[in-house]
Amino acid sequence: MKMWFSHVALFALIALSLGTSCQRSGGKKADSLIVWHWMTDREEALLELAKQYKEQTGMDVQFQLYAPSDTYTQKVRIGAQTESLPDIYGILAEARDLASFIKAGHVANLTASLGEGKDSWKSRFYTEALNTSYFEKGNRYEVSPGYYGIPIDVTTIPMILNRPLFRKAGLNPDKPPKTWDEFIAIGKKLQAAGVTGFVSGWGETWLIFSLATDLAHNLMGAPKVMDTFRGTVPYTDPDWVKLLEAFEKIEKSGIADQSLVTLDNKNSEKKFASERAAMTLNGSWCVNVYAGMNPNLDYAPFPPPALNPKNSRPVWGGAGSVFHVNDKSPHKENAIQFLKWLTDTPQASFLVKKTLNLPSVKNLGKDISPQLNAFSELMENSIHPNRFSFSEDPRVIETLTKGIQSILIGEKTPQQVAKDTAETKEKVLQNKL
Amino acid sequence: MKKWLAITRGHPISNYFFILPALGMFLTFSLYPYFDVFRLSVLSWDGIALSKQFVGLANYTDILFNNESWWISFRNAGYITILALTFQNGLALVLAWLVDRGARGAQAYRSIYFLPPIISGIVVGLIWYWILQPDYGLFNSLLSQLGLERWQRAWLNDPDTALTTLAMIHMWRGFGWGFIILLAGLQGISRDLYEAARVDGAGEWRIFWKVTVPLMVPVFVLVSVLTILGTMQIYDIVITTTKGGPGYHTEVPMKRIIDEITSARLGYACAQGVVFGMILFFVSIVQIQLSKRAKVD
Repeated sequence: MKMWFSHVALFALIALSLGTSCQRSGGKKADSLIVWHWMTDREEALLELAKQYKEQTGMDVQFQLYAPSDTYTQKVRIGAQTESLPDIYGILAEARDLASFIKAGHVANLTASLGEGKDSWKSRFYTEALNTSYFEKGNRYEVSPGYYGIPIDVTTIPMILNRPLFRKAGLNPDKPPKTWDEFIAIGKKLQAAGVTGFVSGWGETWLIFSLATDLAHNLMGAPKVMDTFRGTVPYTDPDWVKLLEAFEKIEKSGIADQSLVTLDNKNSEKKFASERAAMTLNGSWCVNVYAGMNPNLDYAPFPPPALNPKNSRPVWGGAGSVFHVNDKSPHKENAIQFLKWLTDTPQASFLVKKTLNLPSVKNLGKDISPQLNAFSELMENSIHPNRFSFSEDPRVIETLTKGIQSILIGEKTPQQVAKDTAETKEKVLQNKL
Repeated sequence: MKKWLAITRGHPISNYFFILPALGMFLTFSLYPYFDVFRLSVLSWDGIALSKQFVGLANYTDILFNNESWWISFRNAGYITILALTFQNGLALVLAWLVDRGARGAQAYRSIYFLPPIISGIVVGLIWYWILQPDYGLFNSLLSQLGLERWQRAWLNDPDTALTTLAMIHMWRGFGWGFIILLAGLQGISRDLYEAARVDGAGEWRIFWKVTVPLMVPVFVLVSVLTILGTMQIYDIVITTTKGGPGYHTEVPMKRIIDEITSARLGYACAQGVVFGMILFFVSIVQIQLSKRAKVD
C-alpha cells in the first residue's frame, strides 16, 4: 500500500509542478499586478516605485526583469504563444510585430483611457513618444485605430563627440561636423593627433540601420525613402549609392576603430567612455551608462552630418521604453490605473532623476540635467521606423546593413551592395513567404 | 476496487506505472515539439498572429534554392567542423595517448584539459573577445612584445581570419570533451594486448596502428559524431564575438534560425530547423556507416 501511496504522491508532485509552470503569469490576486521588462538600468528605480505604489494603494506590483533584450523578446513571444503574458509588458519590436500582438488580442487599446483635452492622461506625453504605439485609421496592418502603449521614456540616437579629445587635436568641440566631408576631415585630424576618430557598436546591425535611415532622410527626403521601402524606387538609385559611398569614405579614410564591424554597443560605450575614441553614434541612454563608466566624461551630442547640406539632419529617436497592457488580463483596469500613476509628474520626475533617461512626459525640464537636455533638443527632428508609413522587410535591412559592414572592411563597393540589396528587395517583393 | 487492486498489484502491468512519468515527459517535451516543428514548417506564420497561412513546401524550396546566406552559414559551420574533426580531435588523441601512457603530471593534465569545456560558451566567447581586441587585446600585445608587430591584426574583424579565429576558440573550448572520451577509450584497452604485441616484437608505432587504432574505432565514431553535432550547432561563441560578421563571414545555421524567429518568421525558421536536422542526421549516419566499414576492413 505504501508503494501505491508513493506512486500517487509522485504523480501529484509532477502534476503540481506542471501546473505551476503552465499557469498564467498575470497577477493571480486582484490586488497584485505583474510587469515584465528588460530594463536592467531601471530595475532599482522601478522597484522603488512599486514599493511606493503598494504603500499608497495596497496594490502589489511585481516587476520581473528578463535580460538581455533578445532573451526578453523571446520570453514575450513565448508568453504570447502560451497565453501566459503578464498584466503589463513591453514589446521590443517594430510596428508590424506590435500589430500581430494587437490582432491576437494581447494588447489593450488605451485610446479611451488616454482621453482628450488639456487635463487628459494623453496630454501629459510628448506626441512623438505616444505615436510610436499609435495606429491610424486605415493603417496597412489592419489594426483598429488607437493608442496601444504607454511610453515611460524616450531615446534619441545622435552622434556624440568627446570635448577634450577634440581640443587635443586642435579642433573646436563647439563646432561639430555639419557635413559628411567635414566629419571625415575631422576624423583624419583626430587620427593624426593619435586619437581614434570614430567608434560605434556596428556589430549590432540595427545601429548601422539607424544611421543609414538618418542619412537617407537627409539625402533624399522621407517620401523617396518610403518609396524605396514600398519597392517603387530601387536601391540601385544614385541616391542610395551615394549614401553607401559615405560608409566607404569611413573605410578609405581609416578614421574608425579597427573592430567597428564586430563591436557590440556595450564595448563601444566602454571605448568611448574610456576616451579611446573621439566620436561615436549612441543613444541617449548613454548619459546613464557613461555616468557609471566615467563620471568625468565631457561630451556633447550632435545630429549625424549631412550628405545633403540643404536638407535638415534628422536623428533616429522618439521611441523608447513602452509598456503595453495585456488585453486578456483580468486586472486590466488596475494595470491602466498603475500606468497612469507611473506617468504622473512625481513618478516620471523620479524616474528621470534616477535613471537619466529622456522623459516621455512633458514639463519635466527642471528635472533634466543639461547633458540630457542636449539629447532632448534633438527630439524635435526625430525619425523612427514605428512612425514610418511603410516598414522595410528585415531581410532587406539585413542585406543592406551586412553590405555596409562589407564596405567598411573594404570587401565590397557601394555599387555591389546597392545591387545585392536591390536583388533581395526584388526577391522579397516576389516571394510572399 | 479491491479486485482491480488485486489484479494490478501482482500484475506486470503495474511495472509500467513506473515509467509513465518519464514517458509522459518525453512525449510532452520531446516528441510533441519534434513533430510540431514539421507542422509549423509548412506555414507562413510570425509566431503571434492568429492567422496562419499554409504554404506547403514553399519554405523548404526557398531555403534549398533561394537562400544564399543559409548555405553560406552552412559552409562556415562546415569549415569549423572540419577543423574540429582534424586538429581538435587529433590533438585530443595525442594528449589522451600521452596521459594514458603515464606521462608525468597526467592527473593534473586530465583536470586542466577538461576545464574549458565546463566553462559556459558565452564566457569563453567574452574572454577571447577581450584577448583578441585589436588595440588593447592580450594577443596583439603579446605579438608586439615578441617583435611580431607585422602579424598583428583585428583577428575577428578581418574577413581573412575571422572564421578561422572563431574555429580556434571553438576548438580550444571543445577539445577537452574529445580528450576525456578518447582517454576513457584508451584506458579500456587491455594492457595484455600491448604486452603480447611487444613480446611479438612490435614497436610503439606499430602497436598504435595495429592494436590501439582498430580497438578505438567505436570511440572515434562517437567522438566524431559528437564533434559534428556540437560544432555544426555552434552559436554562443559566435554571438559573443562576431555576431555573424563582418558581413556573412561568420554566420552559422543556428544564428540564421534564431534571426528568422526574431524577424517574426517562425514557420520559415522551423523549416530551417528541419533541413538542418535532416542534414546532420544524414551526415551522422554516413559517418557511422563509414566507420563500421573501416572496422570490418
